[in-house]
Amino acid sequence: MRILVGLGTCGIAAGAENTYQALAERKASAAAAWSLAKTGCIGMCYREPIVEIHHDDGRRYQYGGVTPDKVGRLLDEHVQGGRPIEDWLLWASDGRGSEQDYYAHQTRIVLRNCGHIDPEVLEDYLAVGGYQALRKVLEEDDPEALVTSIIDSGLRGRGGAGFSTGMKWRFTRMVKADHKYVICNADEGDPGAFMDRSVLESDPHSVLEGMAIAGFAIGADTGYIYCRAEYPKALERLTLAIGQAEAAGLLGENIHGKGFSFTVRLKEGAGAFVCGEETALMASIEGKRGMPRVRPPFPATRGLWDFPTCINNVETLANIPWIVMHGAAAYAAFGTAKSKGTKVFAMAGKIKRGGLVEVPMGISIRKVIFDICGGIKEGKKLKAVQMGGPSGGCIPAELADTPIDYESITRTGAIMGSGGLVVMDETTCMVDVARFFLDFTQRESCGKCTFCRIGTKRMLEVLTRLCEGKGREGDLELLEQLALLVKNNSLCQLGGTAPNPVLTTLKYFRSEYEAHLGNKKCPAHKCTPLLTFAITDLCVGCLLCIKACSAGAITGERKQKHVLDQAKCTRCGQCVKVCNVDGAISVD
Amino acid sequence: MMQLQRYDLEHQHFFGQEGRLIPLLQQAQQAEGYLTRERLLAIQRETGVPLASIYGVATFYAQFRLSPVGKNLIRVCHGTACHVAGANDISEAIEKNLKIRTGETTPDRLFTLETVACLGCCSLAPVIMINNATHGNLTDRQVGRVLKKYAQAGAGKPEGGA
Repeated sequence: MRILVGLGTCGIAAGAENTYQALAERKASAAAAWSLAKTGCIGMCYREPIVEIHHDDGRRYQYGGVTPDKVGRLLDEHVQGGRPIEDWLLWASDGRGSEQDYYAHQTRIVLRNCGHIDPEVLEDYLAVGGYQALRKVLEEDDPEALVTSIIDSGLRGRGGAGFSTGMKWRFTRMVKADHKYVICNADEGDPGAFMDRSVLESDPHSVLEGMAIAGFAIGADTGYIYCRAEYPKALERLTLAIGQAEAAGLLGENIHGKGFSFTVRLKEGAGAFVCGEETALMASIEGKRGMPRVRPPFPATRGLWDFPTCINNVETLANIPWIVMHGAAAYAAFGTAKSKGTKVFAMAGKIKRGGLVEVPMGISIRKVIFDICGGIKEGKKLKAVQMGGPSGGCIPAELADTPIDYESITRTGAIMGSGGLVVMDETTCMVDVARFFLDFTQRESCGKCTFCRIGTKRMLEVLTRLCEGKGREGDLELLEQLALLVKNNSLCQLGGTAPNPVLTTLKYFRSEYEAHLGNKKCPAHKCTPLLTFAITDLCVGCLLCIKACSAGAITGERKQKHVLDQAKCTRCGQCVKVCNVDGAISVD
Repeated sequence: MMQLQRYDLEHQHFFGQEGRLIPLLQQAQQAEGYLTRERLLAIQRETGVPLASIYGVATFYAQFRLSPVGKNLIRVCHGTACHVAGANDISEAIEKNLKIRTGETTPDRLFTLETVACLGCCSLAPVIMINNATHGNLTDRQVGRVLKKYAQAGAGKPEGGA
């Protein structure tokens, strides 16, 4: 019997290391007939810490919310007594568990090993068929056929733009050079997206194997992984995995004696969102300021240090070994006519089950939110879904039946993006959301081209005005005009997509903008400068709001209804925050 | 943070000195908490890259700092999920509690407050990271309690996790 503890970043944040420690202590104290292992992210971030029990006969049980104090009972009843604890059970191979429907609609290709193997142990990856795909392509020794099969699989870049992976490989392969590079783009900068982190933390070898296969296909001898510094766990596990693969002869010189050599190096990013753009990323590896340049020349002809370079995203590369082993047709069997395979989404926001889901392309947004993720928190209503982070847009609830594929999502004005899916309910103000994203892109703009540098700044100023109740006549038209200028004239896709959150919210939630501008009201009650607070008859006279009010706008005696002076109120909202009586302070 | 130097050193004749710059800066910051002028000058002497270019790189990336940091580094996540869950309130509460603004360090050098674009644990929103420990599902009222733990521990690291 084997007990696995989910030790991804989410799990650790939820205290899983303490759970692991508690299990380790129990194991040391008793002659345990079970082994203890770490694993990555199973995907159910909302129920961390998660512990999985593997029986030798193949039965599997996943438990959620296993804090250290629950370890004793889990060991006594399940491990010793053989009686699974139904109350804590999330999923079991025998069909029990509260979260069966969470998995029922998922198809796990990229996440195939996540949460099931120990990412720090190479043998675990080998035991599930790891590095067999690399061996297979080396034995077949036909890179041209390999490229063709990746084209046939229909795999498209999972970093967001959706360009055919096989075609990218072909372009890089066609160029003659004595030196080529593969770069794995692990600079997952979109706020709200964490699937690449999870794959790197949970199954790093699958990415390394994908890189080596890509290297073989295009004729590269070196690979770089450019990973965010904000992901210490991913960096740690990648370093370990590279060392293990090199020691085992799965990376390095003359792999499997077939004359193919491939070295992988890890580069730690230094905190610049724009480095997710491929030319900026390469500039950063070269040790320069991470600023994009004009394409063409594309990296396929002139990339890193001017050598032909193929840049693929983490999720794209994690798909590769599976496609090689199962064939292009098996992969293309999932998805729609133009979008094949599966996509991993990082689900967050006002949703009951936040975490990672992997679904076949073509499934509707509604199905992902309601059937897999259990719908909206606290019984509230779905208002919009934000897809694609700062480059994407907000899709309104009316369009929730849109199928998830590159073309359909693009038609709504959003983009597939890297896979962050943030769910919003009626308490979310769409003007505030647009302002949030513009604030982000404006700060992250590298400043090289004028439209992005100044355009995003002006747009942010307009949005900030609106949120502060200082909107001027013509602001919405100005915003639209600026958005189109920035979108069409920026040098790279940071600026080219930065207006998307504004354009989509203007398109679908224009009345909200108009309320901010004309009536100076925020319908979602989020923008505090636009709110009016009033004390109702429910006030019990507890004095809390009087103490909290820094403007001295509230007066009154203990146990008597307090009075709020609108003329003095600065609309900071502190009174509502400290008030313990529902409805005692009304907000409009 | 990581041992990334070997390959860069081996190939410096090929790629020039510039390729080493970011790892060298990262190493320097790791050692001293921030980039001192002395260190930057040493890197200039070692690599031959002009100081102006080094400074250009150091100021471009959010990771690098040119002034010292407090004993405890607080990073408030302002990702989308955290924003929707009230990250602004958390930042405000910490600012109020420590009487500093984001980007500043307390006079006793115990805390530095920063924001970060996304820590990638969105399902625990709102999240803050103090040193390497993540605290999730926070409310602005809990902030004081969390900070107190660190203040009492001084330079030490209290039990991580929330």
